[in-house]
Amino acid sequence: MSDSLLLDTTTRIFEDLCDPRTVNAARDGKWKDTLWEALEGSGLTLAWVPEEHGGAGAGLADGFEVLAVSGRFAVPVPLAETLLAGWLLAQAGLSCPVGPMTVAPSRLRDTVTVRGDGTLAGKAAAIPFAAAANTLVVLADRDGAATVVRVDRSECTIRTSQGFRDDGRDLVELDGARPVELAPLGPGLGSDCLALMGATVRAVQIGGALEAILALATDYARERVAFERTISRFQAVQHNLARLAGETAAAVAAAGSAADTVATGTGGDDALFLEAASAKVRAGEAAGTGAAIAHQVHGAIGFTEEHVLHRFTRRLWAWRDDFGSESEWAVRLGRFVAAAGADDLWPLLASR
Amino acid sequence: MSHAIQFDQLRLPGEAEELRLEVRAFLADEIASGGFDPAASVLRGGFDRAFSRRVGARGWIGMTWPKRYGGGERSFLERYVVTEEFRVANAPTGAHFTADRQSGPVLLKYAPEHIKNDVLPRITRGECCFCIGMSEPNSGSDLFAASTRATPTAGGYLVSGTKLWTSNAHNADYMIGLFRTSPPTAENRRHGLTQFLVDLSRSGITINPVRNMAGRHEFNEVVFDDLFIPDDHVLGEVDGAWKQATSELAYERSGPERFLETFYVLPELVRVLGGDPDTRGAEGIGRLVAQLHALRRMSVSVAGMLEAGKEPVLEGSIVKDLGTVWEQELPARARDLAAFVDAAPGNRATFDELLEFATVIAPKLTIQGGTTEVLRGIIARGLGLR
Ligand SMILES: Cc1cc2nc3c(=O)[nH]c(=O)nc-3n(C[C@H](O)[C@H](O)[C@H](O)COP(=O)(O)OP(=O)(O)OC[C@H]3O[C@@H](n4cnc5c(N)ncnc54)[C@H](O)[C@@H]3O)c2cc1C
Repeated sequence: MSDSLLLDTTTRIFEDLCDPRTVNAARDGKWKDTLWEALEGSGLTLAWVPEEHGGAGAGLADGFEVLAVSGRFAVPVPLAETLLAGWLLAQAGLSCPVGPMTVAPSRLRDTVTVRGDGTLAGKAAAIPFAAAANTLVVLADRDGAATVVRVDRSECTIRTSQGFRDDGRDLVELDGARPVELAPLGPGLGSDCLALMGATVRAVQIGGALEAILALATDYARERVAFERTISRFQAVQHNLARLAGETAAAVAAAGSAADTVATGTGGDDALFLEAASAKVRAGEAAGTGAAIAHQVHGAIGFTEEHVLHRFTRRLWAWRDDFGSESEWAVRLGRFVAAAGADDLWPLLASR
Repeated sequence: MSHAIQFDQLRLPGEAEELRLEVRAFLADEIASGGFDPAASVLRGGFDRAFSRRVGARGWIGMTWPKRYGGGERSFLERYVVTEEFRVANAPTGAHFTADRQSGPVLLKYAPEHIKNDVLPRITRGECCFCIGMSEPNSGSDLFAASTRATPTAGGYLVSGTKLWTSNAHNADYMIGLFRTSPPTAENRRHGLTQFLVDLSRSGITINPVRNMAGRHEFNEVVFDDLFIPDDHVLGEVDGAWKQATSELAYERSGPERFLETFYVLPELVRVLGGDPDTRGAEGIGRLVAQLHALRRMSVSVAGMLEAGKEPVLEGSIVKDLGTVWEQELPARARDLAAFVDAAPGNRATFDELLEFATVIAPKLTIQGGTTEVLRGIIARGLGLR
């Protein structure tokens, strides 16, 4: 699929089937199945799975563009998670099933191990869409080797939690779960590959969602009247929105830079680490600041269930936690910079 | 989305990275041979004509300008690399930076041929220093309130009035000045100002020092008393200076100097926190580095879009807003993070000295070249809010 065709297809599906206003007003969840079928039918859900494993074999860059658009629509089905799961399976040369998938762990401190008898041990907290997915793809440790494990959801105990969003952030207990298939990660990949890729994916989605709330808030400011003028005329409102634009820009730029680094595979491990860590830190910060400003500009209407703003802001708060929060990545990045030493700091930055 | 903000992905091309190595080698040589002292040029000022001439000899001033005016016809991305490496090395670029960034490009666009032939090659050789005469006692953010008058006379204009905060006027050879040639009109309060090239060696100019709060003499009051300026020194349209600003602004706003002015604090912070900082120190460094990386990627992207002939005015203003706020906060955050580092002799002396200096100069960073409030107004306009 060519790059623009893929994007056009994606955008059309989102516009038709998950317009935030329509979805927000829907009485039941039937639209979710329709949306998922359309995404699956177009091959989007398996964009990052190679053709020989039944996927669409789209480039990483195309996939990231799709995810940016999905952020702009606050897409409420496990598209990003299925893409990540497909990608992770492919890194171990495993074939890919159909249907919605999710990945684990999503918390940097969670570990899952493969026991001697081939079953799993451990649990993974805050897994998005665990209850909705048919398949979990887990990055686990097997005798010290990072191993990709495909598990059916029915093998796991799932404690659902609404969390910030309808998407769920569920606790998945994997003790005794029997894998469908498992294989070690391919050469050149380390046990942090899911964290790095997941962080980049979430940063890209955050960038898209921030673009959406910037547009919502600026449009609203130009319509809403108070004191006989539109609130866009008040300098305090203008300056808040200028800051929201700045935060959005920083998130989009940092996430785009990380996605580009992943997609082109250039620069080596240090570059990938700097880019992914920075993107998650900066996009995560922007998510917090940006959501607060967008709510402030909207006043009470933005605090209602009826208004679409929360579809974006609740996901922003969830996404900034997934695959490492700002604090966690900042500590990792800070340790890395400190260990390399003061004189290596600028050369590292300038190398990107 | 109607308000799309765009940052094209851009990596600096191979020739720029080769140039970076050349520049680093030059700077290392300069430091080793005593050509300049990095800490001294932070703490005691970075104005050094001899250094600027050596930079000019390398072809690193006016790099992007046509060769017939002494330029190098190189890309803005190559200039970007030179600018950032010089900043990070704390090189004393004061004698050429304004001309290189701002004044030269204005002359290229608006000066008559004989003036371009005369002045531009001297700038590129590092022999010609410029200052910018826009602000006045009663005209800062509101540039269109400028009242220094240029009155037509035989063969030119007579200028009277006062410019204020003019950085480097006491060292400069020329000023690009903004003077009132007509009153504003009822429909357009921006009407009536004209840009001029001012030769500061002429009579009718008094330059009075204004010490800044760091104790340094960097800016000045410049008083004009019937200064004669010949007709051919008019730059662009008489009464129409307001039309001339737009596209240059993106260059001016988004360069690496807009977030690297206090950079020297950051490596010193890393040094004092040591190779194995505690969680608080590591998180603090990590956030600063992530933010700086994001800023630099945005800034490089804007440079790339400019090189490609786009006009990323909104994006450029955003880079300056975020960048100046970041470089202003850096000393305060470094101070917090280093609060528990032992003050044993030799341990943090350099850090403390640089930190104190950065703290003292921090207030200016969100004022010079357009205040944060003014920038946010420009961004708001870009968003369609005003
Ligand atoms: C170190 C330094 C070097 C400088 N060098 C030069 C130079 O070389 N040449 C030159 O011409 N000028 C120079 N300047 C001047 C600089 O451009 C002005 O200081 C700047 O434009 C602000 O003007 P002002 O100081 O008169 O402040 P004012 O315009 O009086 O502003 C005071 C405060 O009011 C706020 N304010 C003003 N208007 C608005 C508004 N519409 N909405 C909201 N808030 C507003 C400002 O943001 C600021 O916080 C320099 C300044 C500094 C600090």
